[in-house]
Amino acid sequence: MIEKRRLMNSIMTTLTALCAFGVVGILVLILGYISYQGISSLSWQFLVETPKPVGEGGGIGNAIVGSLTLLGLASLVGIPLGIAIGTYLAELGNGWFGTIVRFVADSMIGIPSIVFGVFVYALVVLQQGYFSTLAGSLALALIMIPIVTRTTEEIVKLVPKSMREGALALGAPEWRVTWDIVLPAAKTGIATGAMLAVARVLGETAPLLFTSFGSRFYNIYLDEPMASMPVQIYNYAISPFEEWHAKAWAATLVLITLILVINIIVRYTTRKGY
Amino acid sequence: MSKISVSNLDFYYGKAQALYGIQLEIPANQVIAFIGPSGCGKSTFLRTLNRMNDTIPLTRVEGRVLIDGKDINEPNTDVVALRRKVGMVFQKSNPFPKSIFDNVAYGIQINRIHKDKADLNARVEKALTDAALWNEVKDRLNTSAFGLSGGQQQRLCIARALAVQPAVILMDEPASALDPMATQKIEELVVELKKQYTIVIVTHNMQQAARVSDKTAFFMLGKLVEYNPTEKMFTNPNEKLTEDYITGRFG
Repeated sequence: MIEKRRLMNSIMTTLTALCAFGVVGILVLILGYISYQGISSLSWQFLVETPKPVGEGGGIGNAIVGSLTLLGLASLVGIPLGIAIGTYLAELGNGWFGTIVRFVADSMIGIPSIVFGVFVYALVVLQQGYFSTLAGSLALALIMIPIVTRTTEEIVKLVPKSMREGALALGAPEWRVTWDIVLPAAKTGIATGAMLAVARVLGETAPLLFTSFGSRFYNIYLDEPMASMPVQIYNYAISPFEEWHAKAWAATLVLITLILVINIIVRYTTRKGY
Repeated sequence: MSKISVSNLDFYYGKAQALYGIQLEIPANQVIAFIGPSGCGKSTFLRTLNRMNDTIPLTRVEGRVLIDGKDINEPNTDVVALRRKVGMVFQKSNPFPKSIFDNVAYGIQINRIHKDKADLNARVEKALTDAALWNEVKDRLNTSAFGLSGGQQQRLCIARALAVQPAVILMDEPASALDPMATQKIEELVVELKKQYTIVIVTHNMQQAARVSDKTAFFMLGKLVEYNPTEKMFTNPNEKLTEDYITGRFG
């Protein structure tokens, strides 16, 4: 009996370990290949210069700034709104209205990102008559909101009821219980949800093609087209030139590194204080 | 006059009735123990005294609960003020994800009881001292409350309740998850605290009820079976049912 149980135990342990190694292995393979292909084109010039014609060098400086600007604006709207809606759903969303909001958020998560691009294109770009950073940010924010909403709701629901009751029993009004006790208790999980949304939109290309479009220059005006890394990668990658292909790999490497760095910073700043 | 006066109290979870015509007077500065088998309604009753059941959907109260002569179920009752006056300690310790100091300070701050920072510090120290915890935590006030042991966490929750200066403290099996040493500390604390507060304590532990309480109420199936001075309850109860329960013939 014991022998059989031990055998079964080692078989299952080996199987699950293999699955884990498999997943991590694929990730390492992808990252390794991107690094291998991209690292040779990386240089200081590449990180700060604007794109130039083939053979003249050039880089993705404006695209990095553009991506960060788009992401910053989108996060400014998408993350607070998503957290607010998610908190509402968790705390008060048991009625018919909550059910509808939850359904809409779930549906929005399933919508292909290009649809948000087309939507903002029709609603904003066509009305204004030009591509703009603001339009791009709006499209990205629309993608972020449902992701942040649903993760926030799940995390806030996990905060134990006993903790809320403890605060209520001290004479805390409900809104203060949510603000002072529930949200701080959930903050690490909420940050993870926000990071999922950030990582998702930082790599989005399709919605930006219709909205912020792309630009070959550094740009600080929010009502003008704005370069972004995914679009720049796309442009480099579909070109017929070997040199530009290498630049696409390098830009991809920078993009992934950027997501990693943002992730680490957020994890560090929102780590459990208590 | 009684501190708490309950008459004809019925309580419903949706359609299911949980309490039937409870009638009971709780005098000030005494410890009242609620005993009875699981599911008999003693915790439900405890939670009607600070309207904590409001947080459960579809519950309904009928009858009267007077605290200091005021009906707490009146529509214009300030529930927040009521809960400040009637503090509560829960079965499972539930510290906030904050430092030890902030756990105690929280109730003081939201109710704006303190005058300034020095006053806040003094009040936190007093609450922790009254909860017999000060000496153990005074050097680590800014560390996480989750770093305390189970018994210390429960005393922290008592300190937190004391800090807002309630008149009544409700305790829902406060020592059920603690070891004998920690339990003894909580019990000594309860006896000490009744000088200043009226205490209602739910317990499954007969000896605990006998040790700490002045009066004991025995509940069964949502009804109050007997309510008498603790000594009488444990030596010569009026009801056969009480005797059977206390001597362990059922429950």
